[in-house]
Amino acid sequence: MHLAVTARVLGFLLMIFSLTMLTPIIVAWIYGEQTSQTFLSAFAITLLVGLLFWFPAKNKKGELRTRDGFIVTVFFWLVLSTFGALPLMLSEAPNLSFMDALFESISGLTTTGATVISGLDDLPKSILYYRQQLQWLGGIGIVVIAVAILPMLGVGGMQIYRTETPGPMKDAKLTPRITETANVLFKIYLGLTSICALAYWMAGMNGFDAISHSFSTVAIGGFSTHDASIGFFDSGAIMAICSFFMVVSGLNFALHYHVLHNRKLGYYWADPEARMYIYLLLVGAIITCLYLYYSGTYDWSQSFSQGTFQLISIMTTTGFATTEFNAWPTFLPFFLLFLSFFGACAGSTGGGIKIGRMLILAQQGIREIYRLVHPNALLPIKIRNRKIPERVADAIWAFVGVYLAIFYLMVLLLLASGLDYVTAWSATAAALNNLGPGLGAVATNYADIGSFAKWVLCWGMLLGRLEIFTLLVLFTPTFWKN
Amino acid sequence: MKIVIVGAGQVGATLAENLAREYNDITVVDINDNALRALQDRLDIRTVPGTGCYPDVLVQAGIEDADMLVAVTNSDEINIIACQVAYSLFHTPTKIARVRAPNYTNPKYKKLLFNDKHMPVDVMITPEQVVTDYIRKLVEQPGALQVLDFADGIIQLVGLRAVKDSPLVGQELRTLKEHMPNVDARVAAIYRKDRAIFPEGDTVIEDGDEVFFIAAKKNIRKVMGELRRLEKPYHRLVIAGGGNIGFRLTKALEDDYNIKIIEYSDKRAAYLSEKLNRAVVLKGSATDQELLLDENIDKTDVFLALTNDDEVNIMASLLAKRLGAKKVMTLISNPVYADLMQGGGIDIAISPQQATTSSLLAHVRRGDTVSVHSLRRGAAEALEIVVHGDKKSSKVVGRAIGDIKSPPGATLAALVRNGEVLVAHHDTVIEAEDHVIVFVVDKENTKAVEKLFAVNFSFF
Repeated sequence: MHLAVTARVLGFLLMIFSLTMLTPIIVAWIYGEQTSQTFLSAFAITLLVGLLFWFPAKNKKGELRTRDGFIVTVFFWLVLSTFGALPLMLSEAPNLSFMDALFESISGLTTTGATVISGLDDLPKSILYYRQQLQWLGGIGIVVIAVAILPMLGVGGMQIYRTETPGPMKDAKLTPRITETANVLFKIYLGLTSICALAYWMAGMNGFDAISHSFSTVAIGGFSTHDASIGFFDSGAIMAICSFFMVVSGLNFALHYHVLHNRKLGYYWADPEARMYIYLLLVGAIITCLYLYYSGTYDWSQSFSQGTFQLISIMTTTGFATTEFNAWPTFLPFFLLFLSFFGACAGSTGGGIKIGRMLILAQQGIREIYRLVHPNALLPIKIRNRKIPERVADAIWAFVGVYLAIFYLMVLLLLASGLDYVTAWSATAAALNNLGPGLGAVATNYADIGSFAKWVLCWGMLLGRLEIFTLLVLFTPTFWKN
Repeated sequence: MKIVIVGAGQVGATLAENLAREYNDITVVDINDNALRALQDRLDIRTVPGTGCYPDVLVQAGIEDADMLVAVTNSDEINIIACQVAYSLFHTPTKIARVRAPNYTNPKYKKLLFNDKHMPVDVMITPEQVVTDYIRKLVEQPGALQVLDFADGIIQLVGLRAVKDSPLVGQELRTLKEHMPNVDARVAAIYRKDRAIFPEGDTVIEDGDEVFFIAAKKNIRKVMGELRRLEKPYHRLVIAGGGNIGFRLTKALEDDYNIKIIEYSDKRAAYLSEKLNRAVVLKGSATDQELLLDENIDKTDVFLALTNDDEVNIMASLLAKRLGAKKVMTLISNPVYADLMQGGGIDIAISPQQATTSSLLAHVRRGDTVSVHSLRRGAAEALEIVVHGDKKSSKVVGRAIGDIKSPPGATLAALVRNGEVLVAHHDTVIEAEDHVIVFVVDKENTKAVEKLFAVNFSFF
């Protein structure tokens, strides 16, 4: 382990991150708000701490090894969440306690979108903007952004990139050099965000809302600048745009790259994961809409628009709301939350277990059935006609197993903290899948649950975003043994 | 530059490492998944598993917009076909193949066979031959640590260790001219205790310095005599290992030297005895003390350990040295071993990758670099660059060497103009089409050197 090198990278990244606290000052200046002081002090503190890490080790050369990659990523997320909470804590308007600010900041960075704040509409615009920006930074992964901007990480970049990328295949690179790969991803992300913001604006949002919501849409986050979320705008066009960009952002970004690079839309359909994703969305939407209609909740057109929007929003793990879906007939809220476990595609900004893993799991399930019929058959698991290494399949089993184990452990902890079963179950699912809204007591916000429950959920969100093993590995004795 | 390398063996891996460090976009293709994974963990490259001559695999590796294909698997045929596929389907501009079989490289067929009409291989490299040539030059220049050819061999760069009591040691460099009035030579770099010293007129050479100097080939021995007691030309060689390199070297030298070659395998030894006419083929182990003693190892001028096993080479060399061999040269592939053995019992450690990579690097480098040699295990470099342009478009043409602001650590050491060697002095004026030999102490500065010689297109 190279603590000095790790500290140097960590400090440097923290210093870069501190710069992102300056953009809300521009917003504050535009709207004539008094929050500049808050952001300036948060900026100063973050910069200073970053400097403290970086300065003593600045001349330490050496490459990051695999282990250092884990430390950098995990500490980066932990440290960043903590410092990201500063403005929320220091400002007068939401004036959150440390616990609440931390929860909000983690929820932002992990693109969960669960909030402890009610009365969003009355908050200063700069604070609202800051929350959205947190989600945007967390969406593609702060590390990816850092690797794209900082070529100095070199091979070490790959080590930390790998620990943050969602999905089962962590070594895939789009271009030979990691900096370039990160750059390409970042550009696609930036492009999607700009188009999304433009579309929102043309559909009638004001500039501030358009930009803010494009951040949380493309990041699959779910933060909004209004308590009523997307429902505030009450516009079919905005719902349609939002749905479209949630679906697009839930696709593998590598796929976007290949489509753009080769100018062939067919790539989307040729990818089994993307196909499965579209199928699931379609089937889920049909079931939801039909159920809404036949249970008499809405009329036809409402069933269609609300049903489709909520399904997309929940399944991609975004968590925008246009209506109180928790008040729908009991089957639907649980059905939607169940789909959020599938989540989006690997390599997207979404959360959950990821469709790609589910696909391989399903194939393994089918294989076992096949094997009963043809005991002597050789049955490799294939995706796109290529064999998936046994190693990957094993890792997926372990991942899903641990995912579920952690899920129930967290449910138990929440139950112990005094929450009822529906709240505990849904809050855990919402946190671990980086979804956001839950059911029961956490349907609109998380303000009313105890601080122990909030701690548990904070860890849940981080575990979900870092895909569990990256975070867990730091808690194993083997990791720290020399 | 976007480069696809086929083959992740020793040559491919070293090449990928060198090129990735120079900020090229490298993709390595190999059938061995594990080799690729190990490589990807270490280097910032992309890897693609698969057979390197299949079009689909090459497409995956990004051949479509690649600038260069380097096929260095251990199969000549795969390498050649990969080049053919790249040429026919993807119009890759530069295609380099490793071709080992001497029959393919036979001049009788080479020109007719390997051209764009038939087998489109732009450059053929034979690592074994490159290494053999490298060793051969060392044998032919007793006392040299490294001998590098420029401009087709009329000018040479020689590295050696200065020894006290030789005429020039303890003297300032400017006295070189007085010592040898008729010989033009220039010291390009001096390494003292592994640190580079920039040679100037008043620099004093000390005992034990590693000195690199450049001179016309015919003058090399005279200059060497100034820096260390001249060694008598070698006569008796013992070569351990009759593999590709050992065999080629013996074949090339057997008429001029008294060679004994030791080979462990029965079959190979039989083959060697058939193909070699004058050399004595001994069947046995190079680490067998009795065998070495029987063969008068103590009367041997040079013991060369050239098996493909680093450990055997090192052990055999140490043993031979202790038994009285005057000089030992050892083939060491693993750079870590090379570092460990430096300055120990081994006189010259030869790194096969370094020699091979050097011969490839010239094609990767921008502009008009004719040849590149890496020195001191890759830390320093010597380049031969052709100068183009005129006084306006080039930063060097029409200027005296003293007036050119060369990047730090770079020495413009010599010129070759119309086949004539001009050793660089302050007042030497560079002309277009000169071949300039530049010595770069730190490889990091190579880019700056290339920039210095680049023709500035804005003037056209």
